[in-house]
Formats: sequence, C-alpha cells, structure tokens
Amino acid sequence: MTAYVLKGVSVLGASPVDLVVRDGVISSDKSGVSEVVDADGLVALPGLVDLHTHLREPGREDAETVETGSRAAALGGYTAVFAMANTSPVADTAGVVEQVWRLGREAGLVDVQPIGAVTVGLAGKQMAELGAMASSAAGVRIFSDDGHCVADPRLMRRALEYVKAFDGIIAQHAEEPRLTEGAQMHEGEVSTRLGLTGWPAVAEEAIIARDVLLAEHVGSRLHVCHVSTAGSVEVLRQAKARGVRVTAEVTPHHLLLTDELAASYDPVFKVNPPLRTASDVAALREALIEGVIDIVATDHAPHAVQDKECEWAYARPGMVGLETALSVVLSVLGERWDLIAERMSRAPARIAGLAGHGTDLAPGSPANLTLVDPSAHRVVDPGELASRSRNTPYAGTTLPGRIVATFLRGEPTVLDGKAVK
Amino acid sequence: MIKHLRSAADLDAATATLILDTAGEMASLAGREVKKLPTLRGRTVVNLFYEDSTRTRISFEAAAKRLSADVINFSAKGSSVSKGESLKDTALTLQAMGADAVVIRHQASGAPHRLAAWVDGSVINAGDGTHEHPTQALLDAYTMRSRLGRLDGLRVAIVGDVLHSRVARSNVLLLTTLGASVTLVGPPTLIPLDVAALSRSTKVSYDLDSVLPDMDVVMMLRVQTERMQDSFFPSAREYSRRYGLDLARMRRLPEHAIVMHPGPMNRGMEIAPEVADSSRSTIVEQVANGVSARMAVLYLLLGGKA
Repeated sequence: MTAYVLKGVSVLGASPVDLVVRDGVISSDKSGVSEVVDADGLVALPGLVDLHTHLREPGREDAETVETGSRAAALGGYTAVFAMANTSPVADTAGVVEQVWRLGREAGLVDVQPIGAVTVGLAGKQMAELGAMASSAAGVRIFSDDGHCVADPRLMRRALEYVKAFDGIIAQHAEEPRLTEGAQMHEGEVSTRLGLTGWPAVAEEAIIARDVLLAEHVGSRLHVCHVSTAGSVEVLRQAKARGVRVTAEVTPHHLLLTDELAASYDPVFKVNPPLRTASDVAALREALIEGVIDIVATDHAPHAVQDKECEWAYARPGMVGLETALSVVLSVLGERWDLIAERMSRAPARIAGLAGHGTDLAPGSPANLTLVDPSAHRVVDPGELASRSRNTPYAGTTLPGRIVATFLRGEPTVLDGKAVK
Repeated sequence: MIKHLRSAADLDAATATLILDTAGEMASLAGREVKKLPTLRGRTVVNLFYEDSTRTRISFEAAAKRLSADVINFSAKGSSVSKGESLKDTALTLQAMGADAVVIRHQASGAPHRLAAWVDGSVINAGDGTHEHPTQALLDAYTMRSRLGRLDGLRVAIVGDVLHSRVARSNVLLLTTLGASVTLVGPPTLIPLDVAALSRSTKVSYDLDSVLPDMDVVMMLRVQTERMQDSFFPSAREYSRRYGLDLARMRRLPEHAIVMHPGPMNRGMEIAPEVADSSRSTIVEQVANGVSARMAVLYLLLGGKA
C-alpha cells in the first residue's frame, strides 16, 4: 500500500502537523513515505458519515446508482453512507440489502451500509424480516420506512421492541399521513398565497411526540429523520431531558432554506418534509449547536430530470445534497471544526454502531478522513455534480469550503478535488 | 405593460385600472352590428385547457376572435397530453408553432409559472388549481364598477370555500389593490389559517348574518359537495343553513348591494334560485363582462395601446 504524508495539515483546526497514512491507518512512522500531499491551509476531519442517503439502486438507475452516489459522497468528504430502503424492489429482505452492500464494496469509494425497511414493501402493514437483514452480510442495524411514516402505533411499538435483540434502531420518517394527504409544501402564509396544499408542522410533531413516548415505554432507541420544525425541537428537548434514548438529524437544506423559495413553483425546492419558515430554521440551527439535534444527515434524494421539470404538484420531492452538505454546514456553523466533526462524523457513526468511522485522527486509528480547504469558495453548478441527478437547490449559489481529498482506509478516493475513480 | 398575467398580484392599481377602462371600450363593441376589431390580426392565441371549463374557454375564444386573432384550442382530452406528454414538451410544441399568447387552465397550482419559463409568448392564467383565476377577478371588478360606480372603498364579502378557491384568492388581491375592503366568510375549516398572507387588511367572519348589513357586494363561491367527505362541513343542508344566501338573508343587505357568483352555481346550496334570478344578481352580466375583460387583457398584453 502506498504511504502518504499530509504535510502541514490542521487537524480540526489545530496547529499544522504532518500526518502519515500507512497501511490503512494513521501512523507516526514517517519512513519510506512515497506520496506527499501538500495540505498547507487544509483542515483534516474524520471522514463524514451520512445516516440518510438515497442511492436509488436497484430500480432507478437513471437517477443514481450505488457507484455514482458513492462518488458524489466521496467528493463531499464522506467515507460512509447509509442507503435508504425505498428502492425498487424495496430493501426489505436480506437479498436486497446484500445486493446494495455488495455494489457498494465493488464501487469502493465509500462504505455503503444498507438500511432495511421496517415493513414489507414500506406498506406499513407487516414487519419485514429485520433479523434476517441484521444477520446478513450487510449487517443491517438501522431500519426505516423513510419516505413513509410507520404510522400504525402498535406496529411502531413492536418494531422498536423487536430490534433490541440485535441492538438495532428504528429511524422514523415522522409524518402523520392523514394530516398530510395531498400536501405540497409547508402550511403557512406562503402556501395560502400559492394555493398549494399545506403540510402542517403538527403532522411531524405529533408523530415525534408519540414515538418518544413509545420508545420510553419499551426502553428502546429511536432515531428521528430530517427534523424540520421548531415544535419538533421542543418535543425532542423535553424527551432528552427525561432521559429518553432518542437521537435526531437535520438536513443541510432545512438549516439554510425557507418555504419562500416555493414562490417560483420550481420543484427543485420541493422536498419532504418541506422547507419551513425562517423561525424554524433558526430553531434548528440552535438545536444542532446545543445537541438537541445530534447530527446532520443529507437526505440526498436524486431525481431524474423529468421528475422535476414539471408542475410542482406532479414533481417528486427531494434534493441532492452529498456534494454540498459540508459547505452548507460550514456556512451555518462557521469554522467550528470539532462541532462539525461531532455532528457529521462521530455522532452518526456512534448512532449507527459503525466501527472504524468517526474516530479521532490519532496513530493507530483507521485512516478515514477528509481534507477541507476552508478558504475556498465555489459557485454551485448542477452540471458539475458527480451525482447522476441535477436537482440541487443551490444552483448559482456561492458556498464556502472545498473538499480537496478524502481517504477511505488509507486509500485516496478524492485527490486535488477530483474522484480518483 | 406586463408580459404575463399569472396572478392578480402581477397587477398594480394603474395597470388594473387600465385593463378595466379598456374592457369598457371593448364592451361598447358588443352593441355594434360587427363585433370585431382587426387589432390582433395575424397573431396566434392558444387556449391550452387541461380541465374542462366550457364557459371560460368559450369566453377566451370569443375574446380572441373579436380581436381577429387566430385561435387554436388545445384541450387535454383527445390530444397528445392524454398520451402522457409533459407540460414542458407541450410548451415547446406551442413555442414551435409561434404562439403569441397561451391561455392556460390547469389543475396544478403554479402551472402558468412553469409554462412561462418555457415559451416566449405571453402566458395568461385561466385558472390554476387552488391558486388563482385573475381574469375572473378582473371581470368581477369590472362588474362591480359598472353597477356601483366605483371600487375604492367598496365593502365586499366573499362567502364559501375560500380555502380551495382560485376565484377568492385573485379577488382578494385585486380588490385590495383597487382600494376595496374584503371580508372572507365561511366555516373556519374552509378559511385559510393565514389569510393575512393574501392581504393584511382582509377580515374574516364565520357569521354571514352579521356581515351582510354592511356590504356593498356579496360574492358567493361554488361549494363542492365532495368537501363533505373530507369533513370540512357535515352536510349540504347544514352548509346551506349557515352560509347559503336565501331570500331572508338577501333582505339583510343594503338596498343598493349586489349579489355575485362566478358560476357554475349549485342552486339551493350556496345560493337560492330566487336570489340567483333576482335583480340584485349580476350573474349573467358577469358572463358578458368576461368577454370584454379578456379582450382587454389580450389586447394590452399583446402590445396594443389603450
């Protein structure tokens, strides 16, 4: 294996050092290093871990594949992504999760960890074979019907309980379906003006409130996907204060964008849960800094052109996000490197029980890391994305920071800002 | 002059007044033996209708023809649209045919905004989903001004399913711009939570009887009976009793007040037949004024001078 020295790198913003990467781990042995990476002015972070990615394979390879999504992830500084189960066929059996896991290994750009569906076909009726997925080669620990809420309270209770046997966790897409029938955007002043059916904040908050009580009752872990409202933050704050084992994520777009963007009727801004108001954005930022929200997760949701170049109501919800996540978080949190490492790498790895990621960059640790140039800025050009899809809400926006290199177990996946394969 | 008419919010007071004044001139044509102007000769107006709406389509068609435009009716039924063609591809087709204006009726809110991004011609919203219907608001304002002599300071009640009504949205915006004051009336389930988003001065009431004595205009909205299945209100009978305009309620209005309805009516539901056919009712006038208002819009948007 090639040994690399990252010269003059600042680990989490500390004074510059030379970091040696050898045999897949961080090393202090500088002898026989063959490749020098000039890391002057660059900041090293543990490789980012995304708990919420849609890779679309199998089924919608025209929108994304495991390989193209992996490349986008590596370019975004990620070394591990968790692939959501809403593929076609749904990842609700050991066979499908093993297929996704194997495709990830073959691509070899990030560790692709499949998430298993909670219910058969995401239909919310019958529990999928969670144990079989857990015992499979993919070693699934996170289960989610994301895209759909596990709305049936009894089924949710059973799922929370059942996965205790293999230290699993249920990641809930919190959306009371009866309150969001036909919903197109956040219910509020803008939806009234635009004549689009509203998605009320209470539809999210009511499910989170129910689920933290269920998790408390059965003593299980609960993870809440893409928290989007100030009210949800309050529910989580109270639950955590009581000692409920709940964790939560927020997406980069919910930290930056608001429902006013829907006024263009351009579905590139249509996402589920929808963009909320400026006061929700402020509450989410505060919660992320405080730790009421544990992590940032992208909800990277690639869609084919025809699924976005249409009427708002007919468009699929979702935005790509892997390649812009760190830049958005930098613009929101500033250069608080330790906090960024915690929210985007260490905490997600911990929640998922993922070994070898989110570890400190100390000698002996797995060399999963990314190098960021904090002084660089870039204008987002959808045409330059490595993702197969172009549905970024940041087209033409200037964002801070650039990923210069990413290493997965000591091998570069990105060098000089370009994917190595 | 503006290029597109996608929302009543595209109109400031001066532009809206110009359109109403122009509509007045167009209306004077209707009395002539030859009801045609050569103004838009050689220009192409496409009526792109994704929803059945005979009255609106015919109104736009008559308006364009009286201005001597070539009219192409493109209805979603029996066209490539029913074979799954996207709005974008339809737009590119119309663009290639050289449409100078596209009049669009669509079940999705915001479809005219999307269309305007893909065609060079003017886009006129003829009703989009639960969003807006700006030419309806123009013909309503024209009707009020003809009957009552002014718009500034008029007190207008809009009664019924405001939540799902594109007519209500456009009327609130346009009437407020022109100085009228609007009160929205209906069961709380059918009034949006954030009415202030439309206009800060708009008032809300859940009690029709208390509102009527102070109104110059009462506009009844069509209420779809399928709303009952969604628990917006319990039954047609209860709706009619609480919010329907019958003779007894009409008598609560001031002597000069008028009764409007954009049609099609549910007689006996939101409006009693005796009210619809009374001398206060402007319902038939509204249809006639619709042609004049749409002529004015086409004329001005396609570059005519007032």
